[in-house]
Amino acid sequence: MDLDFTTEQNTFRESVSRFLTNECPFDKVRQLEESAQGYAPDLWPKMADLGWFGMSFPEAYGGFGGEFMFTVILQEEIGRACFPSPFFSTVIQCGLTILAGGTEEQKKDLLGKIFDGSLIMALAQYEEEASYLPTGIRMRAVAQGDRVVLNGTKMFVMDANIAHKLIVVARADPGITLFLVEAKAPGITCSKMPTIGMDNCCRVIFEDVRISQKEVLGQPGKGWEVLEKMAPKATVAKAAEMVGGCKGAIDLTVRYAKEREQYGKPIGSYQAIQHFMANMALAYETGWSYLYKVASMIDADEDFSVEASVLKSAMDENAKFISERACHIHGGIGTAREADIGLFFRRAKAFSTLMGDTDYHDNKVAEALLKGLPDLT
Amino acid sequence: MDFKLTEEQRALKLAFEDFFREEMKQAPETTGGLEALLASEESWKFHRTLGKKLGEKGWLSRPWPKAYGGCDAPIVEQQLFNEVRAKYRAPGVDPWGVEMFAPTVLIGGTEEQKKRILPPIAKGEVHYCQGWSEPNAGSDLASVRATAFKAGDYYIVNGQKIWTTGAHFADHIFLLLRTDSSSRRNAGLSVFYCQKDLPGIEVRPIQYMNGKHVYNEIFFTDVKIPEANRIGQEGEGWGLTRETMNFERSGIGYFAGAKTVLAELVRYVKNTERDGKALSENPLVRQRLAKLYRDIELGIALSYMGAWTQHKGNAMRAVTMASMAKVYGTELNQRLATAATEAMGLYGQLEQSDWAPMGGSMIDAFQMAIGMNIAAGSSEIQRNLIAWVGLMLPRTK
Repeated sequence: MDLDFTTEQNTFRESVSRFLTNECPFDKVRQLEESAQGYAPDLWPKMADLGWFGMSFPEAYGGFGGEFMFTVILQEEIGRACFPSPFFSTVIQCGLTILAGGTEEQKKDLLGKIFDGSLIMALAQYEEEASYLPTGIRMRAVAQGDRVVLNGTKMFVMDANIAHKLIVVARADPGITLFLVEAKAPGITCSKMPTIGMDNCCRVIFEDVRISQKEVLGQPGKGWEVLEKMAPKATVAKAAEMVGGCKGAIDLTVRYAKEREQYGKPIGSYQAIQHFMANMALAYETGWSYLYKVASMIDADEDFSVEASVLKSAMDENAKFISERACHIHGGIGTAREADIGLFFRRAKAFSTLMGDTDYHDNKVAEALLKGLPDLT
Repeated sequence: MDFKLTEEQRALKLAFEDFFREEMKQAPETTGGLEALLASEESWKFHRTLGKKLGEKGWLSRPWPKAYGGCDAPIVEQQLFNEVRAKYRAPGVDPWGVEMFAPTVLIGGTEEQKKRILPPIAKGEVHYCQGWSEPNAGSDLASVRATAFKAGDYYIVNGQKIWTTGAHFADHIFLLLRTDSSSRRNAGLSVFYCQKDLPGIEVRPIQYMNGKHVYNEIFFTDVKIPEANRIGQEGEGWGLTRETMNFERSGIGYFAGAKTVLAELVRYVKNTERDGKALSENPLVRQRLAKLYRDIELGIALSYMGAWTQHKGNAMRAVTMASMAKVYGTELNQRLATAATEAMGLYGQLEQSDWAPMGGSMIDAFQMAIGMNIAAGSSEIQRNLIAWVGLMLPRTK
């Protein structure tokens, strides 16, 4: 057991933090959010150059072979800075899906392009029912000669508006299958959905979209298994971003509570405020400690699927509580669109719906608990 | 960062597991939780017997320096010991003697005192209680009024202590007393210990709300305590006491113990039917279980991080982490007992009886939780510390 970060990990965190603070202060975050593209095209290649995208991927596919811990640190810092980018959709969701289920050729080709920043991807999974379960996949992929024809609507597809390629989850003859589709292919209509997180969630309509039979990611019929392999890691990565968001919200609020005076004293000197802030700090520290326990498990190659659900459930609630209190402590200004603290509040809600919401993860934990966990018998 | 145990740590944990698994086969039914040490003569006897066995193995004094019978065990190893012991809800470690007074002596005692006081604690031969709280003082420990005035080689002690857990069974008591009559607040206080059966000491029971004899009030009337039993310099007891408060408060016990209780609750809901279905099929019950498990898991990670912080000597952060574990752990146990008794429906109100699910332990825990949220610094005090020390928010006087 060694609960200190390594020098490498600390250096990496510092460099990420420095980059985000310099390149994308909160004012710029708000500008990016409001823009049609929703991200900074000039910063994307810089991030690629810094080696962030291949950080935790195998060297065989052009990655750096680093531990998953690095991605967790990166996500935490991204969360702290509220940094908008297609990193989660491209590198985490699609990158991990390709790694888990792609053919060798697909891995070499697609991952390489993701790592060098030339390929932005989006995962088209959820549909109108907005279910996290395989039963939620209704979209059909029908074979016609040497082509496959896709018809249906995908919802909440993050970054589909800026993606070059989509991974589309659809029902085909052998079962749920993942298809690689050009985002601008004929028959595709993409429009942004006005979500609270302003994170480029899109509705993507597929009307007789014809693709080659070869554009299957991995094996036909094995799509859901691949998504299940990706999901726990992506869940941990999203939770890491939420942990960082909690830290960012607390830092802003501590600063504000020390400066803002009411009745002749800083509001941070009042016990009502102090106790809420103590609860916020506690919620953050528990989540932060557990995040790195789970990250350690991932790097030690242990089964962490239950832990990923525990973490996500915890962060959904912690981020909601912390960001809501943080806005409240800011008083009137905390409710204004121009206030930085609102960035965290809005993201906490948006992120709680991603990679499974609280009920979904609580249910998974309950199932595991009732089935019998090793240390609970 | 790496949460994985080393091979040695894993082996050590297994040794602890083997010991407690075997020993707890002899445990009386009332065992489990701090208050259960005091539940009956029988459980107190078991606590002492187990304490002696732990003493023989050297496990009571592992974190102490080698010179005084310890083995300088790193705090992470101590954490493993505490975790396993809590998992088995095993008694045997005197929380006042081993975890509070011995470290105080190690820091503030003379060489002679260390040699006299520490070995019996390490061997599990003597048990202590803690004389800090006084009537009307509550969590405001610095308002101590009981006095000790010097008369030759002795101090003459007068006053009253209250909420003294286990004073009816303990052999010794350690005290925070006012040695300077003109002093105020935290100045002029000194630390002492004495045998509990000295002339002039009277222990009167106070019943806890569940009808159990857990704590007491103690009256001191012209009690003579030898000067040799004063720990540290006269008038410097506050600093020493503050250090005592910070020992080993990683709080792992709250969480590991809660996990064992949760496992029992899981068994209960699987084996109990209502409306023709197992309670475990009720989505509301399932959700409560999931959230409790989640909160316990997070608490364990927090307490390891806190222990590591102590190990690294980051004192300010360690104080904050200890306060966090205390408030989170005690309130978690309260939620656990509440959830368990609610899942039991009408049976959830039963005190110990043949009808009571889980032996009535949950309705006991439900009542004890209130006390645990107050003892050792109330949740509010802990939150103040987190705000002042952890977040460095301004402190108004």
